[in-house]
Amino acid sequence: MPDRVLGAALKAREDVGQLRGQATYVADLAPPGAAHMAIAGSEQAHALIRGIDTSAAEAMQGVLAVVTAADLDGVLMPLPCIWVPGGTESHFPPHPYGVPGARPVLAGDRVRYVGDPVAAVVAETPEQAARAAAALRVEYEPLPVVLRADEAVRDGAPQLHDTVPGNLNARWTCGDREAADAAIEAAEVVVELDIVNQRTVNSPIEPRGCVGAYDPRTEEYTLWASTQSPHNHRFLLAALVLGIPFTKLRVIAPTVGGSFGTKGYLYPDMALVLHLAKVTGRPVKWSDSRRGLMTSTVQGRDQRQHATLAGTRDGRMTAVKCVAHANLGAYPSTIGPGVATALMGRSITGMYDFQAGFCEVTAAFTNTVPLGAQRGSGRAEAMFMLERLVDRFADEIGMDRAEVRRRNLVPADAFPYDNGLGWTYDSGDYAAALDRALEIAGHGAGTAERRAEARARGRRLGVGIAGYVAVCGVGPSTRMSKEGMLGGTWESANLRVHPTGEMTLTIGSSSTGQSHETVFAQIIADEFGVDPATVEVAHSDTGGSPYGQGTYGSRSFSVGGPAALAAARTLKAKIVRTAAAMFGVAEDDVVYADGAVGVPGDPERTKTFAEMAMVLWYDWDLPRDVEATLDATSYFDPPDFNYPFGVHIAEVEIDEETGAVEVTRYTAVNDVGRIGNPLVVRGQFEGSILHGVSQALMEEARYGDDGRLLDPDLRSYRLPHAADVPFFQLDQTVTPTPHNELGAKGAGEVATVPAAAAIGNAVCDALGVAHLDMPYTPEKVWRALAADRGASTGKEATRS
Amino acid sequence: MKVNGRAVDDDVEPTVVLVDYLRSELGLTGAKVGCETGQCGACAVSVDGRAVKGCLALVVQLDGGIVETVEGLAPDGALTPLQQALHDEHGTQCGFCTPGVVMAMTDLLATDPDPGEAEIRAGLSGNLCRCTGYQSIVRAVLAAASQGTADAPAEEAASDA
Ligand code: FES
Ligand code: FES
Repeated sequence: MPDRVLGAALKAREDVGQLRGQATYVADLAPPGAAHMAIAGSEQAHALIRGIDTSAAEAMQGVLAVVTAADLDGVLMPLPCIWVPGGTESHFPPHPYGVPGARPVLAGDRVRYVGDPVAAVVAETPEQAARAAAALRVEYEPLPVVLRADEAVRDGAPQLHDTVPGNLNARWTCGDREAADAAIEAAEVVVELDIVNQRTVNSPIEPRGCVGAYDPRTEEYTLWASTQSPHNHRFLLAALVLGIPFTKLRVIAPTVGGSFGTKGYLYPDMALVLHLAKVTGRPVKWSDSRRGLMTSTVQGRDQRQHATLAGTRDGRMTAVKCVAHANLGAYPSTIGPGVATALMGRSITGMYDFQAGFCEVTAAFTNTVPLGAQRGSGRAEAMFMLERLVDRFADEIGMDRAEVRRRNLVPADAFPYDNGLGWTYDSGDYAAALDRALEIAGHGAGTAERRAEARARGRRLGVGIAGYVAVCGVGPSTRMSKEGMLGGTWESANLRVHPTGEMTLTIGSSSTGQSHETVFAQIIADEFGVDPATVEVAHSDTGGSPYGQGTYGSRSFSVGGPAALAAARTLKAKIVRTAAAMFGVAEDDVVYADGAVGVPGDPERTKTFAEMAMVLWYDWDLPRDVEATLDATSYFDPPDFNYPFGVHIAEVEIDEETGAVEVTRYTAVNDVGRIGNPLVVRGQFEGSILHGVSQALMEEARYGDDGRLLDPDLRSYRLPHAADVPFFQLDQTVTPTPHNELGAKGAGEVATVPAAAAIGNAVCDALGVAHLDMPYTPEKVWRALAADRGASTGKEATRS
Repeated sequence: MKVNGRAVDDDVEPTVVLVDYLRSELGLTGAKVGCETGQCGACAVSVDGRAVKGCLALVVQLDGGIVETVEGLAPDGALTPLQQALHDEHGTQCGFCTPGVVMAMTDLLATDPDPGEAEIRAGLSGNLCRCTGYQSIVRAVLAAASQGTADAPAEEAASDA
């Protein structure tokens, strides 16, 4: 065992079952007697429902139940939205319990996007359910469609919700508008960009699914779902959707096949399988398809930003301003409105020390799939905008792009640092991260030669730098309440030591691929100086575990970790107290070290951790004030967020003939404070980087004018392959946060935050253009090249 | 046909695809369904020694075939050298793509025991992974290949690059 278990690159214990094909995902569950559900989604993007004829479907072989909105009236309440940011004008529709209702489980008189669920069918087999769902006859009266947030808030736009005038969910602002405008007005240099941060489909490789069961004897429901927030879903479904006692719903997440934000949301299917299990008296299973996922699951990004940066000729950046329209889709998803506003708007200053900043986000409803989080959400949109502006500014004043950044970094002695937009950065040495990244990437050295050499091969080389600060570790509950979050955002852990000295740690956060079982065992084993193999980690089952919040906002290790550590420390103190009493010495004379407690240098009066577990289990001859066994539950509510940061540098080559962009080098220096397991964190960085790179290069959920997704499956919605990227060059700096005992900051999604910006800057550098919107598909890049050639040769390139 | 060494004799509807049959009839849920249209590769299994996509293969075409799934690669409690290398490098996160990756790379190493980075990346062209950025997977396959780790950047590569 290494000296410190925490921080060691232990192999992940979860890997083994997964590599052997033995991990159980929700689609692998086959409860005896299960029936199968299919959901019929709207074929229209916006229409009134004139009627639904269910008779043909009901008569089909194997069909057990067909439900439409009419059947759910008074049975299932709307799915609530629990993040109501400041500036919110309208919710839809009012929920009976006073929280903002987000959407009916099934659309009643009106559908608002293609795929909006209108009916559910349960049958003996999945095929029978699907056939019956297809046999439903829905009579639609089409309405005009609006697909863009900026168009949705214009006069005369089609209106989606009677209770939402002008389709306006929120006009959210942060910062000082007047100060920013004044700084821009007075500035020597002002650069502006109009940016479309395109809509994306998160696309975990596992589509969502769920199984509902109901026991009429106990009136208990059980939901197995691919969710990253089982406890939250239990609370919201029981109290606010089904209207049943909290104790009558248990939620279990089996192994979850990736999430990246999407599986933290409440979805109609979860409520439907529970209700239909009761109706049919059978467990009801629903497995989404890939095509289904494209409209059943929240989508990401989708902002139109007008961005402005002001500064001086000698390279000082003074003000940044962003006026954005965020497309929330047809309904506010569980936390969608907050993602598109606060997480984006407060983040637009990044690593830089501006005198003034301001952001306004107009969040609006449109006839598209509801918007939610995508890995790095909000912060990635902010960083793409900011880092593109910084390059524009550097070019405008003719200064080296790295140098402009260096001159404006928040200095290492300025922490805690108030960014003026609502974030107080905890700790950092941004210059160290920048220098390290530049050094590893070999920045500057030989770039001109390599550009020329690439040009000779018919390729244009471009380099892009992007820094970031990413608010993580959601979060301080009181602060989140001020951001409009309806609920606590602390985390929990229960540690129970068994008589043998083995332990079970039950945590409130859930893994969707972050190896919680390995890393949390390291926290505990490290604290007690024992073998991590003796620490079992349980999670993702609300039965018998303390309430937890879930995994989102890169919070598990930095918010859940300290809760686990606190539980361990409580028990350690109890061990010391008990040992002192046993040995008849003062507590101060007893030391816990290396897995044993005792009087130093006195082997007679020393006991191992496991021996103490047995002592406390027997509870013989112990003082009255020492309770039996070792069992503690802790909660951690952080004093503030934490702020990981870093600098990424991308190098790309563009093929002049085809417009294809190849990422030839990618360097990333990330600082996430103290790291629990470098092997696991490296994996999070690598996957995160590809998420951002892939948004930049290929991903886009395009809608046709009629509101239909043009890329409804993985044939046309492209995801990156292994050959699309080289090995990344990773390094890190380590600046602990003062906000938790581990010194840890969020790590799960942070490396996504600057990645698209780094690629964007590299592509624009290679092309020599002021700006090009993502995704950098060969066609789009080829057109930019053609325009450039046309400009440089003086004749228009018209080939298309 | 034979599945993981066991004889399977059954009358199957002509439309049934292999991955569905393995999962629902034989309870072999190792192969996953990520897309049903041949893009993600999570459903890969070995048929007569070659990795194929289980969502595209019809069971009726496999009369007499030898099918091996991820569950059958190593005896209980053991890992193949490839699986071990993937474990060493943490080449699986959520694990949903993993069975398909294991089958595809097992096939690659059987055909080309000494692939370089480019061959491995090409060999993964039928597999999508959303978690790893493919970095740890490619490192692991390089390590598992007989050429060892020569082409893979070592842990500290970044610091001396
Ligand atoms: S399920 Fe077969 S390739 Fe995706
Ligand atoms: S490990 Fe999650 S998709 Fe590959």
